[in-house]
Amino acid sequence: MQRIRKYGELFLVFFRIGAFTFGGGYAMIPLIRNEVVAKKGWLDDNAFMEMLAIAQSVPGPIALNTALFVGNKRLGFRGSLFSAAGIILPSFIVILLIAILFSQFRDNPLVERIFKGIRPAVVALIAAPLLGLGRSAGVNSKNIWIPVVAALTVWLLKVSPVYIVLAAILMGFSHLVYLKKVMKK
Amino acid sequence: MELIDLYAALFLSFFKIGLFGFGGGYAMLPLIQHEVVEQHEWITVADFTDIVAISQTTPGPIAFNSATYIGYSAITEMGYASGYGIIGSAVATLAVSIPSLILMTLVCAFFFRLSNNAWLQASLSVLKPAIIGLIASAALMLMNGNNFTDYKSWIIFGVVLTASVKKVDPILLILLSGMAGLLLYPT
Repeated sequence: MQRIRKYGELFLVFFRIGAFTFGGGYAMIPLIRNEVVAKKGWLDDNAFMEMLAIAQSVPGPIALNTALFVGNKRLGFRGSLFSAAGIILPSFIVILLIAILFSQFRDNPLVERIFKGIRPAVVALIAAPLLGLGRSAGVNSKNIWIPVVAALTVWLLKVSPVYIVLAAILMGFSHLVYLKKVMKK
Repeated sequence: MELIDLYAALFLSFFKIGLFGFGGGYAMLPLIQHEVVEQHEWITVADFTDIVAISQTTPGPIAFNSATYIGYSAITEMGYASGYGIIGSAVATLAVSIPSLILMTLVCAFFFRLSNNAWLQASLSVLKPAIIGLIASAALMLMNGNNFTDYKSWIIFGVVLTASVKKVDPILLILLSGMAGLLLYPT
């Protein structure tokens, strides 16, 4: 009984986080910290920061990776299933309802006019954080060619971003191998 | 296409998106767009932009939101009943989550101080700037005739870009630009 309550608690905490973070990603981090560190005390601040670094280095949504980590640390693999279900379900329910409703009136002229205004705004919202993100990703005059080449090949040559990711990882590795060789000499 | 093949294609695409979606959020957009708009043509660029807008104004990460939405609409657009669409939704959402589940389980099992691992740091030193390029490519790909129909679109773009750089809430900006659409495009 005690165990079931613990799984339920894990599910509920992440359900709440999933239900109240609009926009996802970095917007969720303060909320997760508040629940997991401040309220529940499942992790201390150091462990939380370290977990965040890992959650960002593993592919996939950061919120999901964080939920999986906390769930796993607390109650093992099964715990991570409960925390993942918690973080996924709110958006699943909301978006499914929207998808069902939206398909009914998406050809409505009123809806089309609204979205004609929204579409360029969305592009602006994606472009706006680029400068700030670039700075925190350590983009400088020496490596600015990396984002430029990545953007152009995906945009103009329609290369799958999968290959960009693989190429970037390979380049990072070979640079390290090179550095190690230089160090030996 | 047979229903089962569609489910398989959805699963594969979203599994790939989960597996290669480093950086989360906007960084996953070009990958999603490449798979669902360019490769499979499940939705148009305009539909995709609408999903991003909906995603901004509803809870949850963009990758889940688009998986759930596209899983449903790819099936129902092919003429299948909405019940099958709900299954498609579940298939895509699970598929995008499974790579994270596997990788994070491994990370937790071999908690080898990953944050200090030299190989990880080396790959991130190139991956992080590359991800900035991927986000830029998402914006560039969406800047086409479907989304930018006339000069009014560019005015909205300019205003929202400036406001967003000045940290105005994105949800508010989406609501306002929807209203602007109603005003600027009378029938």
